[in-house]
Amino acid sequence: MAYKRQIDRLPIVPADAKEHNVVCHYCIVGCGYKAYSWDIDKQGTTAPTGNKFNLDLSKQQGPDTDAWYAPSMYNIVKQDGRDVHLVIKPDKNCVVNSGLGSVRGARMAEMTYSSVRNTEQQRLTDPMVWRYGQMQPTSWDDALDLVARVTAAILANKGEDALFVSAYDHGGAGGGYENTWATGKLYFESLKIKNIRIHNRPAYNSEVHATRDMGVGELNNCYEDAELADTIVVVGANPLETQTNYFLNHWIPNLRGTSLDKKKAEFPNEAVEPGRIVIIDPRRTVTVNACEVEAGADRVMHLQINSGTDLVLFNAWLTYIADKGWTDKAFIGASTKDFDKAVAGNRTSLEEAARITGLTVDQIRQSAEWIAQPKGGGARRRAMFAYEKGLIWGNDNYRTNGALVNVALATGNVGRPGGGCVRLGGHQEGYSRPSDAHVGRPAPYIDQLLINGQGAVHHIWGCDHYKTTLNALQFKNAYKRRTDLVKDAMATVPWGDRQAMVNAILAAIDKGGLFSVDVDIIPTQIGQGSHVWLPAATSGEMNLTSMNGERRMRLTERYMDPPGRSMPDCLIVARLANHMERVLREMGKADLADKFKGYDWKTEEDAFMDGYHRHEKGGEFVTYARLRAMGTNGFQEPAVGLDTTGPVTAGTTTGQTPGMVVQGPTIEARGKEPAQKSEPSAAASTVPVASEGGKIIGTKRLYADGKFNTKDGKAIFMETKWRGLQASGKEEESKKFPFLINNGRANHVWQSAYLDQQNDFVMDRYPWPTIEMNPQDVTRLGLKQGDLVEVYNDNGSTQAIVYPTDRVKERQTFMLFAFPRGVQGNVVSAGVNEFIIPNYKQTWGNIRKLADAPEAVRGLSFKPQDYVAS
Amino acid sequence: MKRCDLLVDAGRRRFLSGAGVAAAGAAAATVIPSVPAKAAVPAARVTYPSTRLGNVKDLKLNQPVGVAYPDAEAPGVLLKLGKRVPGGAGPDGDIVGFSTICPHKGYPLAYSADRRTLNCPGHYSVFDCEAGGQETWGHATQNLPQYSLRVDQKGDIFAEGLDELLYGRLSNVL
Repeated sequence: MAYKRQIDRLPIVPADAKEHNVVCHYCIVGCGYKAYSWDIDKQGTTAPTGNKFNLDLSKQQGPDTDAWYAPSMYNIVKQDGRDVHLVIKPDKNCVVNSGLGSVRGARMAEMTYSSVRNTEQQRLTDPMVWRYGQMQPTSWDDALDLVARVTAAILANKGEDALFVSAYDHGGAGGGYENTWATGKLYFESLKIKNIRIHNRPAYNSEVHATRDMGVGELNNCYEDAELADTIVVVGANPLETQTNYFLNHWIPNLRGTSLDKKKAEFPNEAVEPGRIVIIDPRRTVTVNACEVEAGADRVMHLQINSGTDLVLFNAWLTYIADKGWTDKAFIGASTKDFDKAVAGNRTSLEEAARITGLTVDQIRQSAEWIAQPKGGGARRRAMFAYEKGLIWGNDNYRTNGALVNVALATGNVGRPGGGCVRLGGHQEGYSRPSDAHVGRPAPYIDQLLINGQGAVHHIWGCDHYKTTLNALQFKNAYKRRTDLVKDAMATVPWGDRQAMVNAILAAIDKGGLFSVDVDIIPTQIGQGSHVWLPAATSGEMNLTSMNGERRMRLTERYMDPPGRSMPDCLIVARLANHMERVLREMGKADLADKFKGYDWKTEEDAFMDGYHRHEKGGEFVTYARLRAMGTNGFQEPAVGLDTTGPVTAGTTTGQTPGMVVQGPTIEARGKEPAQKSEPSAAASTVPVASEGGKIIGTKRLYADGKFNTKDGKAIFMETKWRGLQASGKEEESKKFPFLINNGRANHVWQSAYLDQQNDFVMDRYPWPTIEMNPQDVTRLGLKQGDLVEVYNDNGSTQAIVYPTDRVKERQTFMLFAFPRGVQGNVVSAGVNEFIIPNYKQTWGNIRKLADAPEAVRGLSFKPQDYVAS
Repeated sequence: MKRCDLLVDAGRRRFLSGAGVAAAGAAAATVIPSVPAKAAVPAARVTYPSTRLGNVKDLKLNQPVGVAYPDAEAPGVLLKLGKRVPGGAGPDGDIVGFSTICPHKGYPLAYSADRRTLNCPGHYSVFDCEAGGQETWGHATQNLPQYSLRVDQKGDIFAEGLDELLYGRLSNVL
């Protein structure tokens, strides 16, 4: 039975309701929203003068109305300690989403913490510590004192390499410039931690090393380019479900032909027509279907390649396009190097590529034509290349990424309207940290080190390895064993005897134990092993800045109180640093203590000014006040000046200034060129910021001047030879087990369902993760829809419910990734690439029945998910 | 996993537990705030009309019949599905009614007789008529509003309530 809220009316937003800028804190698209809040005892009326929309709400409103909100967009929350009504609804004036709300973002209000309406009661409200055999609340000072004493003792006795850190590196919820700066300052400036990893992978590395090594930052275009492209090429991504409103609001108009006027205006001297699209994905996704619905099947190519063979296809494209002479020779000559070397090294015939990829020669040739064959009149075809986890978490990440960028560069499609070679992204971005150069490359494989008994203290910031790592079952087993040693030791001493407690913990660490501190907004799964939980605030409970997939930076304003005593991560960092300094001084380690100065932040804005404003390229122009004034449209990074003074490059480049070259480390700058200036604590730029006036001028596209992010400004073509399944053990696994356990996201679910797991609407639809199986395979194994099955191989086992569908081929499956009640990572091998990038997608396993459909599954819809007109 | 059985009830309780919502609900239709000397007694939910939508004999298997409920501005559909389904009325428990305005952005849904789903041409959402209007896939943050149906002895079919908020109105009864 479908979940129904039985809500048949909602309070009306009064005309004088407070209005705050909100950017959805879930996916990278960063849709604009507005939060309206007003006193609990007040309400608007249906009369036009009585409501925020100035409309007669006693009448039915039409499609796309701005004057309606769903029950999921409503809640009652605390604001400065008082109950207020809250409505968070999509902003029609935001250029990103133009009023569209996704099934995830449009639930933001319902996913806030409300003690009145009982939503998200899982949120942590107090610091919690392992006391008397369970997690118990305590004060901030008590919790931080313990963390500081244990951490300080380990630093003093064992050195920095014994402190392991897991920390997000992104924007939006569980991230943002304020918080990445704070964690970065703590671990990369006060300390030089090298045993650190990022939220979704077992090392501190870039997911897109190759494109950066070639000089091409991965977020180099703007969303409008999807409206202008002649052909969109999308690799290993399913944007209708994972970048929903980018796809609906910017790709679909091109495929429908409704962006033709824009194309004519932009390109008056070349032939334009509705867009075409080439989609590379082993699975027939809803994206493929929607594209066919809008563009017609003859303008959509779905290349259902053999899993993991993308690189061969890209090399064949490069070869064919070069042989045909369809390259952009002027661009290659002026802005790149090593083209001939790459063409020679990557030479792949259509026939050879067809054999390996499982495509036909005609498919490969035709897709190459759609990418590069000159248009009528001889104009260069504008192709936009977009990729995400199918490539990033797929076979041979580095070379495959490079092979795709080769094609984009060869066809002159970086830095040009209607072009770009971009990752589509998961979260928003928000990376601002001191240099990480000391981490090294390849970076340490943290999860393996933890499994192997290394590390003494583990600080976790918004990460949950139990759900979002590879080799997850082995990791969990090892982590539990090690943290249990410390828990058992803690149970032997009274909580009030701090010195005895610290000594007991240190003794357990010496026996192989691990002391674990988890900073998060909810009790996580990895937190089951932790000894201290520190409660964090999330977006909207604090002011938070991030940028989206076109580097559009905005400020989400604080519109409600954080739950209980939770605090923004940046302030948790500051208070932890304060405690570290105090404890180290007490220990007589003045030199160490001095490293923890500089954390006198009182607000998240203090952290922003210390970090982004003072250190990021163009940051000197960016303040909360200016961002607030620029609303949900913000500006596209990097900032280059203010409209009051005009562009000032201030010693950094946007790629717009001929000859300007940017250098330096690029870890997770995610499309921004590296921005760190020489000294992390350098004085603020000479550009005056005293005046709060002026709109920030941003950068629409990177590399518009043909200068790339290398020493000489030339992008570098890469040799990317095919080497089969690259990660250790994958080839054997593929032969040993019958089913490809492909994996990824579902529209309803955000990330690892950390908030969705308490949302009735989502849990009604996804009580367990689904595994899509071809009906032939379902029959062959004697299964039925909804059956709970075990997915297993030599790496581990997990569970899912069977969703029969012919959108996966026989012997291929697709399992929902990172879901709490069945972790796909359990069956993913420890094999990684040369830079410790995991390979989740190429996983093979077997499937067997556990049980008939559980009760919660019996009423579920198992119908086809793709739209049909009738 | 007992939660599923209880979801509908839980949803109702949860909403009613929101004192602010209930209080605000009644006055939401009040236009002039200055007049009332005493507070109106709020109804927890709106009062729905009982509206005759048709007769059982008018329905043919799997052929949608356009209706409107609770007023002419709220289009919907009656369906006879030929098997007992959630929310189904009539002697065979196979008659259901749904709003046909997509709860995502208000576009009109089209019925797929093959799949027995209501599909949105605007943004491709799909709702399952055999599963209580569950959003099989889509962007709406709610499942499709379904009618509470009553069939009397003469076979007349009455709609008497809705289980979700209709798109485009902040009160199901305007």
